[in-house]
Amino acid sequence: MDLLLVSDVDATGDGPRLARELGVEVSSRGVDAVLERPDVGIVFDATSAGAHGRHTGRLRAAGKVAIDLTPGATGPPVVPLVNLEERVGEDDLNLITCPAQVAVPIVHAITRLGPAHYAEVVSTFASSSVGPATRAHIDEFTSVTARGLETPGGARHGKSIVILSPAEPPVAMRCVIHVVPEGEAEPSAVDGAVHAAVAGMQRLVPGYQLRSEPVHEEKDTPWGRRRTVTVSLDVVGRGDGLGRCGNLDVAAVAARVVGDAVAQRVMRAPQVTA
Amino acid sequence: MPVVVTDSSLRDGSHALHHHMTVEMVRQVAKALDEAGVPVIEVGHGDGLDGSSIQTGPSSVPEMDLISEASRVCTRARLAVMVLPGIGTRPHIGEAAARGARILRVAVLCTEVDLAGQYLEQARELGLEAVGFMMLTHIREPAFLAEQARWLEAHGADSVYLADSAGAMLPDDVRARVAAVKDAVGIGVGFHAHNNFGSAIGNCLAALEAGADRLDGSLRGLGAGAGNAATELIALVLERLGINPGLDLFRLMDAAEFVMAPFMPFQPIPDRESITLGHAGIYSTFLLHAKHAAERHGLDPRDIVIELGRRQALVGQEDWAHDIAAELAKARAAHDGGDR
Repeated sequence: MDLLLVSDVDATGDGPRLARELGVEVSSRGVDAVLERPDVGIVFDATSAGAHGRHTGRLRAAGKVAIDLTPGATGPPVVPLVNLEERVGEDDLNLITCPAQVAVPIVHAITRLGPAHYAEVVSTFASSSVGPATRAHIDEFTSVTARGLETPGGARHGKSIVILSPAEPPVAMRCVIHVVPEGEAEPSAVDGAVHAAVAGMQRLVPGYQLRSEPVHEEKDTPWGRRRTVTVSLDVVGRGDGLGRCGNLDVAAVAARVVGDAVAQRVMRAPQVTA
Repeated sequence: MPVVVTDSSLRDGSHALHHHMTVEMVRQVAKALDEAGVPVIEVGHGDGLDGSSIQTGPSSVPEMDLISEASRVCTRARLAVMVLPGIGTRPHIGEAAARGARILRVAVLCTEVDLAGQYLEQARELGLEAVGFMMLTHIREPAFLAEQARWLEAHGADSVYLADSAGAMLPDDVRARVAAVKDAVGIGVGFHAHNNFGSAIGNCLAALEAGADRLDGSLRGLGAGAGNAATELIALVLERLGINPGLDLFRLMDAAEFVMAPFMPFQPIPDRESITLGHAGIYSTFLLHAKHAAERHGLDPRDIVIELGRRQALVGQEDWAHDIAAELAKARAAHDGGDR
């Protein structure tokens, strides 16, 4: 992939400024500028849930693959370690949300061992790391995260709790994941699967780490007193422009991995000339 | 304008009951409040719509059943529900409205009011009265809160509340904040007290003096932490000030004594833990978690609470209590080991 264009509706912000410094072309005409460029094949849409809904049809008609970083969820949900291969042919890939990118690999690792009634993720972010587009669409952000725990996470029912912390200095991202398995989940098998998922994520996002060993205990759940698995994760950002709270690192890395996969597929495909 | 009293026994009280509210309790309490002339009754999980979770505790009865029951027994009172952006979502609000909710209280940390936008808009679409409910208002200065209140007003709030969620304020703190907000907006201004310093009623008085025209209470103060301002005492205060908006004092006292008290597992009071919670400025919902974590590790819960305050635990980070307990226990074991 080559970065050809950064298009915003306001080209005076930090993002466009950084792009200019890196010698990348910048536009202030939003999606229109993207649609005018036949050489652009992959579009990373980091606008807002509402705006992405307006962009999808136009991008598809122009033959561009959209990688959606908003909780607009117009396309299928994609989590690189879980279902990228089966979704890479689609033209509108939804990266769900950052808490989903953090939690789904863990939930999926557990539900592969046996079905689960429920998965819940409680994610805490630094207030300063959550921009106005997410804030204006907190409803989609919350519900799309919960749906991600179901598909592709594999839980029958998902729930998401999102907490913004104004604490200073900014907190690192924190995710607590509770899973209620339907059967008797073998703790050692669950721990092995969780560690494998964490190792996989760490290769992509070095700041992704288990806070402690998974906890297996009986808890009050919506299905009564049941055995639960609780996994606590910290995601620390590299601090290279995206801050110390790791949510943006996770989103950016997921986007890059999906973009690379799409690009490889496009390059492998037979060239069609009109 | 008469003071509007909202009773949140059946919402904030959910925390103290560890979310084991029953339909029978809602029936009896809502009916008694309605008969006593309380104009607004809030019902639901302590964390608002869809608040039932493993993290803070699942409801033992579906919240919509509770809302329907309250709606069925109320003849005059209007029902309120709370939504915390990041927890409840729009379908739950739609369902609550269909079940009879007439007021939506959108509860946001006072530093994050712009999360309320979508829900204030939905309230308008559904014809619900919209309350912008700012939590943990002790963590910011009056001028900052005034600015946030203006944002809420501009985005459709019919009234704005200041909640002393951690019970961390004394009357002067409340007076300054309410006065600044009252100056800044043209809509109603409310105050929601917690009693961690034993000053819930005094704080309500300060809020009234500073121009508040809405107060929250709960019967016998049933609520998180040291509880709320007792609704029966708020009624008494309004009566003494000559501004009782029509609350029946004796009926409210009877409701507290004979209807609510039998449902209460304990009487919330400013005990050593909740005084410490207020002092550390920590949200009252951390109390039961700090106590459990302390029991499990043989610690003093106050040490956990003070550490939570130091780490600026705000809302929804109840699991930190367990992490901190484990760390403190480990540190203590290392220290004891070192002594030997």
